[in-house]
Amino acid sequence: MSTTAIDVHAGHRPKGVLPWILRWITTTNHKDIGTLYLVFSLLMFFVGGSMALVVRAELFQPGLQFVDPYFFNQMTTVHALIMIFGMIMPAFAGFANWMVPLMIGAPDMALPRLNNWSFWLLPFATAMLLLTFFLPGGAPAAGWTMYPPLSTQAGASFPFMIFAVHLLGISSIMASINIIVTIMNLRAPGMTLMKMPMFVWTWLITAYLMLLAMPVLAGAVTMLLTDHFFGTSFFRAAGGGDPVMYQHIFWFFGHPEVYIIIMPAFGIISQVIPTFSRKPLFGYAAMVYATASIAFLSAIVWSHHMFTVGMPLAGQLFFMLTTMIIAIPTGVKIFNWTATMWKGSLTFETPMLFAIGFLFLFTLGGFSGLMVAIVPADFQYHDTYFVVAHFHYVLVPGALFGAFAGAYYWLPKWTGHMYDERLGKLHFWLTAIFVNVTFFPQHFLGLAGMPRRIPDYAVQFADFNAISSIGAFGLGLAQLIFVWVIIKCIRGGEKATDRVWEGAEGLEWTVPSPAPHHTFQTPPVVK
Amino acid sequence: MNIKSGPVAAALAVLAVLFASPVWADFEVNMPRGVTTISREVYGLHMLILWVCVVIGIAVYTAMIVAMIRYRKSRNPTPAKFSHNTTAEVLWTAIPAVILVLMAIPAAESLVRIEDTRDSELTIKITGYQWRWHYDYIDEDVSFFSALARESNAARRRGSGIDPYGVDHYLLDVDNPLVVPVDTKVRLLITAADVVHAWWVPDFAVKKDAIPGFVNESWFQATEEGTFRGQCAELCGMDHGYMPIVVQVVSKEKFDEWLSEQARPALSQAD
Ligand code: HEM
Ligand SMILES: [Cu+2]
Ligand SMILES: [Cu+2]
Repeated sequence: MSTTAIDVHAGHRPKGVLPWILRWITTTNHKDIGTLYLVFSLLMFFVGGSMALVVRAELFQPGLQFVDPYFFNQMTTVHALIMIFGMIMPAFAGFANWMVPLMIGAPDMALPRLNNWSFWLLPFATAMLLLTFFLPGGAPAAGWTMYPPLSTQAGASFPFMIFAVHLLGISSIMASINIIVTIMNLRAPGMTLMKMPMFVWTWLITAYLMLLAMPVLAGAVTMLLTDHFFGTSFFRAAGGGDPVMYQHIFWFFGHPEVYIIIMPAFGIISQVIPTFSRKPLFGYAAMVYATASIAFLSAIVWSHHMFTVGMPLAGQLFFMLTTMIIAIPTGVKIFNWTATMWKGSLTFETPMLFAIGFLFLFTLGGFSGLMVAIVPADFQYHDTYFVVAHFHYVLVPGALFGAFAGAYYWLPKWTGHMYDERLGKLHFWLTAIFVNVTFFPQHFLGLAGMPRRIPDYAVQFADFNAISSIGAFGLGLAQLIFVWVIIKCIRGGEKATDRVWEGAEGLEWTVPSPAPHHTFQTPPVVK
Repeated sequence: MNIKSGPVAAALAVLAVLFASPVWADFEVNMPRGVTTISREVYGLHMLILWVCVVIGIAVYTAMIVAMIRYRKSRNPTPAKFSHNTTAEVLWTAIPAVILVLMAIPAAESLVRIEDTRDSELTIKITGYQWRWHYDYIDEDVSFFSALARESNAARRRGSGIDPYGVDHYLLDVDNPLVVPVDTKVRLLITAADVVHAWWVPDFAVKKDAIPGFVNESWFQATEEGTFRGQCAELCGMDHGYMPIVVQVVSKEKFDEWLSEQARPALSQAD
């Protein structure tokens, strides 16, 4: 019966250019919107990545070769903003759109029209951000953290950046409302909360975290705006304001934000490892509770980003201890993933390779995270390349490898074709090697005393910087393979079966590959 | 198994050779021990956590690698079905918790000492500007600006044609260094006049933000004479990378001499 329903609606591919464009602009189908998010995110990966390469090119040698310090600051700032808001968050939003309805047996997202808006705000917000490069004074250059008073010294880019941040925030808030409503209301009969796939769980928790965090960011930048244009003194010391208050508000958003970035990756890894271990996820309930406690703790540790601002001793101790406690649920997750592989029957297709890369290198980022939690030592690490290395280990082999694992894992489901396994593996190995060449030496740079966000450095930092820059270019080039794999996979290749992977479990593997435009018009029953 | 462990052993051997090789002599790979009791304490703490992480890391990575070698499909075609093990789960929650407590104790003790600014013998007020430092010896009527040294400043320009390698302490040299006596507890009052900066000298393990409208406190007591270098550690605009800090720690006699020399021109101006 459901097959006929699928057939009737299969012919959604309009003919002609204009109808084709209109279809993508007006679409309310979760799969289309998921695709839009993913394509957009891939594009932004290269935009943000090129900026990182400008930075790394400049840092290849001591002395200034290519850019001026001010432009350098614009590059680091916009690199971060684009990577976070334009690349990684949209990538996971794309996965959520595609996979959450499929995994819970829903015909679509709960609020399809809202879904369309959530996506389309993004390109406009990002365009506004990127267009500031052409304004007098250039793009924002005060770091993605936008600390005042430096950020209020900006030129014409200032209101544009803030408006862009507002739009990005609105987009995320709408998306998270949609995800929460979908998961709460549209689960297939029999799918209790504790039967939901881990990816759905992590996104549910992430969505709540976004609802908490994004309005705080909006508030902080709005206060910056009124300080700049309307004579308020929220953060202006001269008018009785408090610049440190901005940092508190920003990091009350910013710390949950880093978990917003990583948690969907946790979810993907929790799908991929069991599949290729052919064994159920170890400690499912513990995983759910660990994720929830990480989310809760993430909201009360914000000041560990600002141990050097001059906090009272009691404050420093509190934030040190709570931060260290996060290591426990995080450790539980790592151990559970390892235990999932234990006594399994493992194969190493590309998604699994990326998941294992995640497991190894995210753990390494976790260790340096534990180190920066120790306040006296953090006085030495803070704002150096040690921190740059730490957060890139969490963001690149963490969030980004999670996204790659998910992309390879579900690509056959989306396109109906198997991707080229040889190219996929090549992509993995080059990426894994160059990630380490790029970011590992940065630990040493930081310990040896190189501050972050500087366009030029003393000559004793030269060798590791050169290695790091070579790694970055290798890393950048390796990503072209990924684009090639995707294009090849869309255009053809071995036909994918419904289940695709031998060990795959879950509703998404019960629909045909490619997943037809409409699925689950009759809800499946989960026993 | 032997075929599999071959490459692993080879890789380990290469790593060992790499780390032992004299090449590393040119590479600064670790935090300096520094020249204050606090900096050595911080270094000790850093090495402690590092080793704890290394040990846990070896255990965890070994488990992962063993799982991947032993339980690959070609060796273990039928997977086990278990998905719980309460003992294991309790253990790997409890053991890390204990380790964390054991690490938090010395860290907290150090922190208490670091925050104790009482009984200082000399107070210096540091003000961050875009882009130089201002030093003010509070009770001594001595104050001056300290900015990037002229040679570095010339070499750092794009297309300057000057090789950074030819400049002494490229980017880490200033025109007027801060001078302090050895074995003296120096209290620092740190603030800023425009945007947020941060005063950082690795060898003293002091890093404190300089924030407009705030006066932060810190201190150090150097136990060795010498010249110690640091940099501004908070993004403060386009010349953030060009705000070095140089501190000369001298004997108490030399310091008194230096002080009287500094005070004289200021007095004659006042006449
Ligand atoms: C894929 C390769 C990447 C490379 C080569 C790279 C490189 C860099 C470099 C050179 C900096 C400047 C460091 C400094 O001067 O302080 C930087 C900063 C940063 N990057 Fe990346 N990055 C990459 C990926 C990412 C990703 C995936 C994210 C986030 C999802 C990210 C987020 C950031 C953030 C938040 C900063 C801090 C910016 C600031 O200091 O304001 N990066 N990156
Ligand atoms: Cu500064
Ligand atoms: Cu600075």
